[in-house]
Amino acid sequence: MNIIKVLGSGCAKCNQTMEFIKDIAQQEGVELEVLKVSDPMQIMKYKVLSTPAVVLDEKVVHSGSVPKREQVLKWL
Amino acid sequence: MFEVFKVFADLSIQLIGLDDQSRLGMAVHFFIEDVSKILVLLVVMIYLIALLRASLNIERIRDFLKTKHPVLGYLFGAFFGAITPFCSCSSIPLFLGFTTARIPIGVTLSFLITSPMINEVAIVLLGSLLGFRFTLVYVVVGLLVGMLSGALLDWLKAERYLQPFLTEALASDELSPPEDTPEAPSLSLKERHDYAKEELFEIMGRIWKWVFIGIGIGAVFHGFVPQAWVTDHLGAGQWWSVPAAVLVGIPLYSNATGMIPIMESLILKGLPIGTTLAFSMSVIAASFPEFVLLKQVMQWRLLAMLWITLLCAFTLVGWFFNAFWPLISQL
Repeated sequence: MNIIKVLGSGCAKCNQTMEFIKDIAQQEGVELEVLKVSDPMQIMKYKVLSTPAVVLDEKVVHSGSVPKREQVLKWL
Repeated sequence: MFEVFKVFADLSIQLIGLDDQSRLGMAVHFFIEDVSKILVLLVVMIYLIALLRASLNIERIRDFLKTKHPVLGYLFGAFFGAITPFCSCSSIPLFLGFTTARIPIGVTLSFLITSPMINEVAIVLLGSLLGFRFTLVYVVVGLLVGMLSGALLDWLKAERYLQPFLTEALASDELSPPEDTPEAPSLSLKERHDYAKEELFEIMGRIWKWVFIGIGIGAVFHGFVPQAWVTDHLGAGQWWSVPAAVLVGIPLYSNATGMIPIMESLILKGLPIGTTLAFSMSVIAASFPEFVLLKQVMQWRLLAMLWITLLCAFTLVGWFFNAFWPLISQL
């Protein structure tokens, strides 16, 4: 099962991003675990400068905004 | 050019059937004229600025700020803070990213202090409500407060009071420098337009209600608070009115969008310029929610230093402009 991490310090957009990814995964019938990472120490390790950021296979694939639908589909 | 909004407000008042000399009529007129003018100007300005900003991302700003120049660092910090849109949810990752790139804490703080105070939205509002001269003064003062506060905090060695995990990370060699940022992408006009359109919807979606709330409060003030009350109680005569205004501003939390229309009506009612500036900057830049967020990366002592620095800076700004605005406005 794929794991996607959403990095963010508890802002509205980060929660939106999580829900958005979960919704799309469900619609597409893909099993997926979405984890929320809000610990600053963890966020620092991924070297992102703006959140929400999305981490797939320990690589940052997106940062700074709620991702678009097409982007999410690529990650599933 | 702006007459059209006044005419629009006149017509609306007649349509609603209000007496334009009554208090309610005046308040509603003020509200309609300002809201329509500001919304139109905002759409134009946000779009244009975003077109220009499309190729400037936060990674490139970080590379600019790595300059070792003692003065330029703070100047760049404050300047880039002013031109990037601010979202308090990004302040923590940004702080971490800048700090681990070994940018001095003071430079990062110059960025974070200036960011909420100055942006294209604030400039549109100030320019259309309070005029060019006042806007220029606000921008210059905002940049100076950001730069000097940052420089002072570095001079006080503020980095001693970061959260331990951050200090440890900085001391260890594991911290590899961030990879080089690729050159600025060359964007086609179409790509710039797409970016600007997205920014426009994003920013307007976030601030439109603040425009209404701010101008609404301003309009109530405009129609219902007598000018004599303001000049008698809050005039320039008393030295303590400035620090008092700063203190009152702390628990109040608003962004620049909501605050500037209120500034306008305070000034129209005769509140001295300096007191108004001090109060507004305190409301906009020294807010509790922001400080609670920063607690994740700073110890209490550093938070307190930052906070006291800002409060002193705003008070000095207030006193300075109460004393010298009559001279400046004659230049």
